[in-house]
Amino acid sequence: MSGSLLILVPLALLLGGVALGAFFWSLRSGQYEDLDGAAERILLEDEEDEQGDKPHPDDVANKID
Amino acid sequence: MSCCAPGVEAGGSIGGAPSRQEVLLGSRDLGEGLRQTDLSVPGMHCGACIRAIEKGLGKLPGVEQARVNLSTRRVAVKWRGEAAPPLIETLDGLGYSAHLFDMDADRDDPELSRLIRALAVAGFASMNIMLLSVSVWSGADAETRQAFHWISAALAFPTLLYSGRIFFRSAWSVLKNGRTNMDVPISIGISLAFGLSLYDTLHNGEHAYFDASVTLIFFLLVGRTLDYVMRERARAAVRGLVRLAPRGATVLKQDGSRDYLPVDQIEPGMRLLLMAGDRVPVDATVADGASEIDRAIATGESEPQQVGPGSLVQAGTLNLTGPLTVTVTARAESSFLAEMVRLMEAAEGGRARYRRLADRAAQFYSPVVHATAFLTFLGWMAATGDWHRAIGVAIAVLIITCPCALGLAVPIVQVVAARRLFENGIMVKDGSGIERLAQADTVAFDKTGTLTLGTPRLATYEGISDALAVAAAMAAHSNHPLSRALAVAVGGGRAVVVSDIVEHAGFGLEARHGGEVYRLGRANWALNENTEARASGTVLARNGRLLASFQFEDALRSDASETVSILRGMGMRLAILSGDEETAVAATAGRIGIDDHRAGLLPAEKVAGLQALAREGRKVLMVGDGLNDAPALASAHVSMAPASAADIGRNAADFVFLREPLGAVPLAMKVAREAGRLVRQNFGLAIIYNAIALPIAIAGYVTPLVAALAMSLSSVLVVANALRLKAGKTPRAERRAASARQARHGHSAALAR
Repeated sequence: MSGSLLILVPLALLLGGVALGAFFWSLRSGQYEDLDGAAERILLEDEEDEQGDKPHPDDVANKID
Repeated sequence: MSCCAPGVEAGGSIGGAPSRQEVLLGSRDLGEGLRQTDLSVPGMHCGACIRAIEKGLGKLPGVEQARVNLSTRRVAVKWRGEAAPPLIETLDGLGYSAHLFDMDADRDDPELSRLIRALAVAGFASMNIMLLSVSVWSGADAETRQAFHWISAALAFPTLLYSGRIFFRSAWSVLKNGRTNMDVPISIGISLAFGLSLYDTLHNGEHAYFDASVTLIFFLLVGRTLDYVMRERARAAVRGLVRLAPRGATVLKQDGSRDYLPVDQIEPGMRLLLMAGDRVPVDATVADGASEIDRAIATGESEPQQVGPGSLVQAGTLNLTGPLTVTVTARAESSFLAEMVRLMEAAEGGRARYRRLADRAAQFYSPVVHATAFLTFLGWMAATGDWHRAIGVAIAVLIITCPCALGLAVPIVQVVAARRLFENGIMVKDGSGIERLAQADTVAFDKTGTLTLGTPRLATYEGISDALAVAAAMAAHSNHPLSRALAVAVGGGRAVVVSDIVEHAGFGLEARHGGEVYRLGRANWALNENTEARASGTVLARNGRLLASFQFEDALRSDASETVSILRGMGMRLAILSGDEETAVAATAGRIGIDDHRAGLLPAEKVAGLQALAREGRKVLMVGDGLNDAPALASAHVSMAPASAADIGRNAADFVFLREPLGAVPLAMKVAREAGRLVRQNFGLAIIYNAIALPIAIAGYVTPLVAALAMSLSSVLVVANALRLKAGKTPRAERRAASARQARHGHSAALAR
C-alpha cells in the first residue's frame, strides 16, 4: 500500500464520519421535524421588530422536546 | 383570511368548539408555569398561513410562543397563566378551524429515529466499502487488496451490529415462535456473507463480500424506512382529526359550585351539566331539562330523539338543543363506549390470523434457498473435496439469491400505493390492509354517516318564498341539525331581521318579526290546534297559522349511487348493515340501488352479519363510521371509515378517507388491486432473476463484482416496476395543477398585503 493511500483513505473515512456525525446532530436537534414548513419559511420576511415587547423567538425556544 | 382551501373536508364539525377548560385539560405542563397546547389546524398549507397563525396567536396575552409545523398541520403554543388564552377562537377569527390535538397519541417516535440512524450508518458504511471494493475489483495489488479488505471489515462489523440488528431482532422474534418471515433469510444471508469474508480476509483470500453484506442492509433499510414513514404519515393525519369523545365535563357539586373534571374522574351519582352542542361523556339519565339527542354516531339512528327527565342518554351521543342536567349512571370504563371496545376485542381474531404476503413468500422461499445452498455445498464437497471452496460457493448462492429483490418486492409497492392513496385523501394504517383490500369481494356499508352524510338536507318545501327567508333567519340561531340544514339551503341570500329568538328544546324556535310571532318547529307545537291536521313534520307558522312546511332527508354522499354502480361493475356484492329504522334504510337502499339491506341492527348483530358472510367464504370490506360500527370494522376482513367517524371507529379501520365523496372506496380498491398485481409481478421478476443467477452461482462463477451488479440490478428492476402503479394517478395530476393555481392565487394575495 503506497504512502498516499495511507493518508487519503483515513482522510476519506474521517470526512465521511464527520458527515455522519453532522447528520445525527441535525436529526437530534429536530431539523427534520417540519420539512414543508422549512421550505415555506425561507420566503417569509423577518418581522420581529413589530413585536418588540416579545422576546426573540430564538431566546424562548427552538428546542424540540 | 384563510389563503388556502382546506385540504380536509371532514363531514362538518360536530358539536361545539372545545371550551377553555378543555384546552387547559388538554395542555401539557412544561414546568415553571409554562404550558404547551398542541392544536391541529388542517386548513393551513402555505407560507402565508404560517405567518398569519404565528403572528395572530403570538399577540395574545399570555402566549409566549406559537410555532407552526406545516408538515403535520399543527401549532404548538406555549403559554403562561391560570386560564388558557382564546386560541381556538382566535384561529377561527383568522379563518382556520382548529381543534385540540391529543397529546397522549403523539409521543416521540423512537422506532422512526432508530430506522433513520440505522439507515444513515448503513449508507455511510456501504458507500465507503463500495469505494474500496471498486479499487480492489479494478486490480489492486495483493498488499493493497488485503489492507482494503481489513478496512472494509472494520467498517462492516459495527454496521452489521448497529444497522443489521433491525433484521436480527425481527428474525429472532418470529423464530422464537416457531415461524419464519422475510427477515430470517435476510439475517442469515448478511451474517454468512460477513463471516465468510472475514474468514477469507484472515487467510489472505482474493474475494470478500463485505460490500454485498452492507449494501444489502442499506437497500432493505431504505425500503423499510419509506414504508414506515408512509404509514406514520397516514397515522398522524388520522390522529389529527377532530376528537369526538369529550375529554371532560362540567360537574355540578353539592354546594352548587361547578368544576370541570376529566372523564376518568367522573363517578356514578355525579350530576353533570351538558350544554347544547356538548357530547355526552358517560352513560347517564336526564335529571332536569328537555332537549333532543343526536344518536347518529352512536347507534346509526338518523332522527334526533327527544329526551326529558328520566330518559337515558348514552355516552357518545350529542346534546342538540337545550341544556341538560344529567345524573351519571356508569363510569367511563363501563359506558356504552367501553362495551364497544370489549366487542371489538372479541371480534378481532380473524384479522390477526391474516399472514402478510411477504411472510408467506418467505415461508416458501427460505427452505428452497437454504436447501439449494446446502446441496451446492454437498455437491462441491463431493466433486472437489475442498471444503473452503464448497462453503464459498454455497455462500455465494445464498448471497446471489439474496432476498434483496424479494425483500423490496412488497414494501416498495405498498409505499407507492400508500403514497397514491394519501394524495387522494385516503390514509392507510398498515400495509397488510392494502393486501386484504385487494382480496375483498363484498362491501358492507353502514348507512348513517357513511352512505349518507349523517346530516339532514332540505328536500321539499311548500309555502311562499318570503317565509323561507324568515325561517332561515330563525334557523341561523340554532344548533339543531334541521335548523342548520335550513340555513344552509337558503344560504346568505336575503337577510331578514328577526328578534327575541327563543329556542324551546324539543319543540322549535320562536321569534318576532314585524310585530308578529313566528314559530319554526314541530307542527303540533307551532300551529293552533284547529289547523294541526293540515301539516306534519317541520313547519313555519305566523301567529299559529301555517306559512310553510319543510321535508328533510338524510343527504346521500354526493356520489353514492355512482360509487355503488362502480363497485358493482368491479364485481362486488353489496349490502347495507344499519342500526337505523327500517323505513329510512329501505329508502336509502332504494335510492342507490342496493337490494340486500338490514335495518335496526345492534353492534353485535352487525358483527354476526359479517361473520355469516365470512362463513360463506366472502371477504368483506366494511365501510362504517359510528361507535356502533366499531366492532364490525374490527371484525371485517378489511375496513374503511370516513374522517367524520367516531374515534374508536377510525382507530379500528384499516383505511380512513378524509374527503367527502364515497368514490374513495372504489379508488382504494383499484389501487389495492393494482398493487397486488405489481407485487405478484415483482415476485415473478425475483424468480426470473433467481433462475438466471442461481445456476451461475452454483457453478461457482460468482465473484463479489458479479454479486454486487446482480443485486443492484434486481433491486432497481423491482423498484422501477413498483413505480408503474397507475391507479389514482390522473386525478392527482389534475388536482396538483388546480392546487398550484390556487396556491399561486393565495400567495399573490398574501404578498399584495
